[in-house]
Amino acid sequence: MLDSKIPSGPLSEKWTEHKGHCKLINPANKRKFEVLVVGTGLAGASAAASLAELGYNVKAFCVQDSPRRAHSIAAQGGINAAKNYQNDGDSVWRLFYDTIKGGDYRSREANVHRLAEVSVNIIDQCVAQGVPFARDYGGLLDNRSFGGAQVSRTFYARGQTGQQLLLGAYSALSKEINRGAVEMYARREMMDLVVVDGKARGIVCRNLVTGKIESYAGDAVLLCTGGYGNVFYLSTNAMNSNVTAAWRCHRKGAYFANPCYTQIHPTCIPVSGDHQSKLTLMSESLRNDGRVWVPKNKGDKRPASQIPENERDYYLERKYPSFGNLVPRDVASRNAKQVCDEGRGVGDTGLAVYLDFRDSIQRLGADTISARYGNLFQMYERITGEDPYSVPMRIFPAIHYTMGGLWVDYNLMSNLEGLHVLGEANFSDHGANRLGASALMQGLADGYFVIPYTLGIYLAGATLPEVDETHDAFKEAVDSVQKATKKLLGINGSRTVDDFHKRLGRMVWDNIGMSRNKEGLNDVLQKIPKLREEFWSDVRITGSGEQLNAELEKAGRVADFLELGELMAQDALARTESCGGHFREESKTEEDEAKRDDENFCFVSAWEYTATGKKAKLHKEKLTFENVELTQRSYK
Amino acid sequence: MSSKAMNLTLKVWRQTGPNETGKLATYELQGVSPDMSFLEMIDMLNARLIQEREDPIAFDHDCREGICGMCSMVINGTPHGPEKATTTCQLHMRKFSDGDTIVIEPFRADAFPVIKDLSVDRSAFDRVIQAGGYVSVKTGGSPDANATPIPKKVADEAFEAAACIGCGACVAGCKNASAMLFVSAKVSQLALLPQGQSEAATRVINMVSKMDEEGFGNCTNTEVCEAVCPKEISVRNIARMNREYLKATVLSED
Repeated sequence: MLDSKIPSGPLSEKWTEHKGHCKLINPANKRKFEVLVVGTGLAGASAAASLAELGYNVKAFCVQDSPRRAHSIAAQGGINAAKNYQNDGDSVWRLFYDTIKGGDYRSREANVHRLAEVSVNIIDQCVAQGVPFARDYGGLLDNRSFGGAQVSRTFYARGQTGQQLLLGAYSALSKEINRGAVEMYARREMMDLVVVDGKARGIVCRNLVTGKIESYAGDAVLLCTGGYGNVFYLSTNAMNSNVTAAWRCHRKGAYFANPCYTQIHPTCIPVSGDHQSKLTLMSESLRNDGRVWVPKNKGDKRPASQIPENERDYYLERKYPSFGNLVPRDVASRNAKQVCDEGRGVGDTGLAVYLDFRDSIQRLGADTISARYGNLFQMYERITGEDPYSVPMRIFPAIHYTMGGLWVDYNLMSNLEGLHVLGEANFSDHGANRLGASALMQGLADGYFVIPYTLGIYLAGATLPEVDETHDAFKEAVDSVQKATKKLLGINGSRTVDDFHKRLGRMVWDNIGMSRNKEGLNDVLQKIPKLREEFWSDVRITGSGEQLNAELEKAGRVADFLELGELMAQDALARTESCGGHFREESKTEEDEAKRDDENFCFVSAWEYTATGKKAKLHKEKLTFENVELTQRSYK
Repeated sequence: MSSKAMNLTLKVWRQTGPNETGKLATYELQGVSPDMSFLEMIDMLNARLIQEREDPIAFDHDCREGICGMCSMVINGTPHGPEKATTTCQLHMRKFSDGDTIVIEPFRADAFPVIKDLSVDRSAFDRVIQAGGYVSVKTGGSPDANATPIPKKVADEAFEAAACIGCGACVAGCKNASAMLFVSAKVSQLALLPQGQSEAATRVINMVSKMDEEGFGNCTNTEVCEAVCPKEISVRNIARMNREYLKATVLSED
């Protein structure tokens, strides 16, 4: 069993007590510590800035040309905080409870409670930075209800909350760069973790402009590199989002937890053809006024306007009369897949369902609908060329967020000492399913308010002999990265990297996507290793390693996805229960809903890397619930 | 959903490195779907170049949903192409016609040196922000978020300025390669909000001075920047920055 190092004491006092008794580092000594922060999204930028303010020497790395472009920027909806500004009965307890329940009881009580506690500080911090949140006419902050929550606790900045929060964290980071407390390295991709005497002591990066393999030594490494949704090829993630940094840490000994927990978002713009490179999410608030339907009859190819009312199947309203179109993300997604599998999907590809605003426009008027969703309608029209005011939108689910990630203890440290993992890259707070507007909250909580305390605990207690870039461990890491690069460039096969990535994505989507079963998982466990073999013998990468080479970058990432995909299948196969975003067809209620197996699966699966193509070794962290009662979800 | 495939002639800027001479190369591309995004059309061309063992075209891109600001390209003379308020990644091929010739060049400015092909170095923007584009508060100890009410109108105006994605189209579109719209958007956001007041004077002076040092040109009020801005950031921000600058310099007590 893994030790999560959860402090003792009552739930609501754990974090305060823990902070109050943790070891401190003398301010004059903090500058003697070198902290390497990889990734500059919400988690990374907020951590780098906050640690630099405390006096640590920080080096920050990002794969984009500027830290302002990290994919946190694309989050639309909002950020939760238990401020109770609306006087509607919200509290730290309620946010905690909703998050635990939403995660289908597969997350840690102590972590989630801490998250709810610090949520209020995040909003204060962001406002002080000049983040322009939406306000009401009295000049106070406005809130909305989001993702089916019963209280209005979501703070937002139009449909660009992620952008504004990221620019806030970026401004704090810029302030520290200007002060000389953070050295920023953009256009760098982390290629390996350097471990000395069992502790993370540095990283090896590829300078994406010059191709040079660079070494950086430090006393701790913070991995803030986001999720692995791009294993599906088509996802709402940015093109450069990848698992490489996390995977290379996994290969060096860090456990990968719950890789099969991925979140599929129901309201994305459908695929238009083979050329498709990524998917675009539209806020799920659209389901407040749009009605989801497909034709009752298979293969009905008439335009929506010619399908009479009695030949339409508003299947969510029919099956879930009390929640209707507002059922949770996973339920909406699975039902869309089901009707498309039945041959009732719409559009050229048959892989879409309608989201129809006709009735709302008749009831409320086009102006009201435009005021609520104008920017989303515009975005939809730009991408599809169709006007959603007159033709129903077509939507289809897409992978959007990954709850799984590197295993961390309560202090956000991996089992590999010195390696800390923050934000979407870790597995810690969302269990088997993440609630809307909670990703931004977790990224900033980890960076602004958790790691500044918990990193000190590690650094104050660890024995860290002087290690610099001339150490043999760095030479070995550089050598192995160079060898791998040379190997990739030397294959000179016949297929592009994208070709392999697309085929892998299809396998993962079909078998480890919205619903999984034993047969499919066993099948994909045969297919992925074969595809990986083919990749390593037939991929074609043009150009050299000593220049900007996007194909080489992609190849390294796809090589890692080809290993991760196998681990996801292994994890999904081992977890024979359904929970949250992980739906095992063998484990469902009589109403066809996900059925948990608390007796046998109330644990975190943390996988230890053994060798490529070999089964990973399972370690379990038992989840104990002392404050909430485990219940079964129902949306009928 | 139109499905008629198009044939296009592409003239693309190819440049192997920052110090090499570049030139336009011509490619005939067949079978382009009108449903493709502009970048997916480039993906298609690159897949063909790889098959032909040629070096694919380097270009910057990331989110492909119009918010990260990483994509660039000057398309037929206009940064981000012909569609108003749209980044290159959100531009779709249905805006072009079968048989079209499309000229694709990098964002050009002395302050944005070419790295390779269509990829340019926009780190000058980061350095301008580092000179003062923030409120100097540390993490922790901030007052309650509702302690200072901000009139909705002011908050909305600050948001409009804060919506800048830092892509650099304003610079690429300007005949002087001026960064006034970019810099003024940040100066405006923070000048409008109460949180930005204590550093307002030093902020505008330091950011403007950094902007000049990075080699961006002067503003001559052509307003091309606003016209090509994918987020339609208003030139009124430039006027506000000029007022802030004047206040900071002429009226300063120092």
